[in-house]
Amino acid sequence: MAVISLAQAINQALREEMRRDDRVIVMGEDVGRRGGVFLCTEGLYEEFGPDRVIDTPLAESAIVGVALGMAIYGLRPVAEIQFADFIYGGFDQIVSNIAKIRYRSGGQFSAPLVIRAPYGGGVKGGLHHSQSPEAYFIHTAGLKVVIPSTPYDAKGLLISAIRDEDPVIFFEPKRIYRSVKGEVPEGDYTVPIGVSRLVREGSDVSLITYGAMVYECEAAAEKAEKEGISVEVLDLRSLLPFDGEAIIKTVRKTGRPIIVHEAPKICGFGAEIAAFIAEREILSLQSPIIRVAGYDTPFPLVHEHLYLPNERRILDAIKRAVSF
Amino acid sequence: MAIIEVVGGLPPSKYAELGLGRDKLLRMLRKMVEIRLFEERVERLFFEGKITGPSHLYLGEEAIAVGVAEALAESDVVVSTYRGHGHAIARNVPMVAVLAEIMGKATGTCKGLGGSMHAAISVEHGIPVATAIVGSGIPIAVGMGLAVKQLGEKRVIVAFFGDGAVNTGAFHEGLNLAAIWRIPTLFVCENNQYAEFTPITKTFAGESIAARAACYGIPSYRVDGNDVIAVYSTTMKIVEKLRRGDGPAFMECITYRKKGHGVYDTAWYRPREEVEEWMRRDPIERFGNNLKELGIVDDGLLKSIEAEVEAELDKVVEEAMNAPILPFEQLKQFIYST
Ligand SMILES: Cc1ncc(C[n+]2csc(CCOP(=O)(O)OP(=O)(O)O)c2C)c(N)n1
Ligand SMILES: [Mg+2]
Repeated sequence: MAVISLAQAINQALREEMRRDDRVIVMGEDVGRRGGVFLCTEGLYEEFGPDRVIDTPLAESAIVGVALGMAIYGLRPVAEIQFADFIYGGFDQIVSNIAKIRYRSGGQFSAPLVIRAPYGGGVKGGLHHSQSPEAYFIHTAGLKVVIPSTPYDAKGLLISAIRDEDPVIFFEPKRIYRSVKGEVPEGDYTVPIGVSRLVREGSDVSLITYGAMVYECEAAAEKAEKEGISVEVLDLRSLLPFDGEAIIKTVRKTGRPIIVHEAPKICGFGAEIAAFIAEREILSLQSPIIRVAGYDTPFPLVHEHLYLPNERRILDAIKRAVSF
Repeated sequence: MAIIEVVGGLPPSKYAELGLGRDKLLRMLRKMVEIRLFEERVERLFFEGKITGPSHLYLGEEAIAVGVAEALAESDVVVSTYRGHGHAIARNVPMVAVLAEIMGKATGTCKGLGGSMHAAISVEHGIPVATAIVGSGIPIAVGMGLAVKQLGEKRVIVAFFGDGAVNTGAFHEGLNLAAIWRIPTLFVCENNQYAEFTPITKTFAGESIAARAACYGIPSYRVDGNDVIAVYSTTMKIVEKLRRGDGPAFMECITYRKKGHGVYDTAWYRPREEVEEWMRRDPIERFGNNLKELGIVDDGLLKSIEAEVEAELDKVVEEAMNAPILPFEQLKQFIYST
C-alpha cells in the first residue's frame, strides 16, 4: 500500500470521486493550475479541465452560495475555502441557507456539498491564518462537521462527505498536511461520518481529541505510560454528529476524561463533550472533566507553541486527573 | 457619471510645475529605496530561517505607497493590508518596528502579536488597520470617512487593497456607501494583476477596475503605478478635492509584483515575457533615470543612497534580532480595556 501524506490523500479522494461521478465539481481560489495553496487539488485541473475545476475570484460568500445553487440543481460541488479563517465571509450563506435548505423546504431540497478548509495553528500564520472555527458550525443544525487526522481517514471521510446527501464542513489540520504520512489504499473505500477511532487503549485516563492534537495526545500518552499511567486516546474524527457511544465507553472504562483541542476553551467543542459526559455518565467519573484547549485570546503570533495544547500541558492534565 | 482619466508618464521637465523641488524628489527616491532594500532583507532573513511565517513583499510596487504617502498630511489615515511593509515605511513607521513585528518581537508595531501581515499598524503614523482578510479594510475605511465627515474634520482616509479585493462583497458594499454618503475616502487599488497565483484576466469581468468603481458614480483614475510622480500628482489632486468635501475618489494603480505572492512563492505561473516586460518598468530605476535627466542624482549619489540605507538596515536587523518577546503572561493583556 502506498504511504502518502494527508494532503495527498485528500487529492486522491477528490480525483477518484471526480473520475467516478461527473457531478463532482471542485471550486475555490487558486484550485486550478496552481492546485490550491496547499496543493490539495494538484493535477485535477489538468485531468478534468476548467469546467470541473473552477478557479473562482476572491469571493467567499459567492463561492459557498454558488456551491449551494449547484448542489440544489443536482451537482456535487466541493468548495475550497483557502484558510478556515476566510470562511466568515461565507458564514451567512452557510448558516442561513446551506444548513437550512432541507428543513425549510420540508425535505424537498437538499444541499449535498462539501466545504473544505484548512484550519488550525502551528504554521506561524498569525491571527488571520491559524484559527479553529469548528464550534460555530457545530452549533448549527443541518451541517455536518468532520476533521480527519490521518491520511487514511482523510481520504475515507472525504469520500463519505462527497457522497453524503447533506452539507459537510470538512476541516483539514493544515499543520500536519505534509508531516503526517500513512498507508492509504488506492481505490474506493469510505470512513463513515459519525464514528470515532480508538487510537490507543488505556485504563486510567481518556484523551478525547481530534485533528492535529491527536499526535500531541499520543506523545503525552506515551510519556504517561513511562510513569505508569495508562492512557486511552480517542480521535473523534466527526464532531457533528459525534460518536457519543464511544465517548461513554471510554469514560466508563477510565472515569477520567480529558478533552483536548486547539480552539479557545470557552464554548469550544470540549464544553459540549464535557456536558454530554456530565449528563450521561456522571457516576462513572473518578476526576473532574478536564479541558486542555487554546487560550481565550485571539490567536497570537508570538508564543504560538505555548498557545496550542502540547505534550507538556496534556501530561500535566493527565497527572491532575489521576491525582485527584 | 464619473470620469475615468488615464494618468502616466509626466516628463521630468514638468516636475517643477508640480512644485516638486530637489529635496522632495530625493526624499521620494530614498523612501522607495528603503522599501526595496527592506523587503530584500526580509526575503533574505526568511531564507536564512531567521523569519518564519509568510511575508508578502512590496517589491515592485514601491511607487504607489510612496506616491500616495508623500501627498498626504501626517493627520491623514491609511488602511493597509497584509502586503503592508511598504505602506508603513512610506508613512515613516520606523523600519526597526516593522521588522521586529515581522519577527514577533515585543518591540514590534503590534508587540509581536500580529506578525508580518499586520506590521503596518501604528497609531502614531495614522495606520489603524492592516488586515489579512482581503477586502475587509474597505468598509472600515468608509466608516472612518463617515466619522471624519460627521466630526467636521479635514482629514482624508486612504484605503489600500489589491485587484483581488475588488471581487469581494465588501468592495461593492463599501463603494456604494462611500458614494451615497460622499465621504472623504480615497480608494487605492494596487492592481498588480494577480491575486496570489491567478491572473486577473481569469477572475475579473468588465472594462477595468477603475471603470467598475466609476459605476458607483465615484470619480476614478487609472494611473501608471510604477511612476511615482503619476501616483503622487493624482493623489495630490484628489486629496485637495476630498478636503473640500468633494465625495470619495478611486485610483487604480497598475503595477506588477517583482516576486511571488509571498516570500515562499517562486511565481512560476507568470509568463516569462510578461515578467521581463515589467522588470523593464522598474519604478525605482525609472525614477532614478528621470532624476538623472534633471541632474538631481548621478550614479555616485544613487550608490551612496543605497549604501546608507543598507548600513541603516544592518543596524535595524541587529536591533530587531536582539529584541525581547512579549512575556507569555501578557498574552491576555490586549483583549479588553479592563
Ligand atoms: C477573504 C480572504 N480570502 C482569501 C484570502 C487568501 N488570499 C490572501 S492574498 C490573496 C490574493 C489577494 O490578491 P490582491 O487583492 O490582488 O492583493 P495582492 O496580494 O496581489 O497584493 C488571497 C486569495 C484572504 N487572505 N482573505
Ligand atoms: Mg493583486
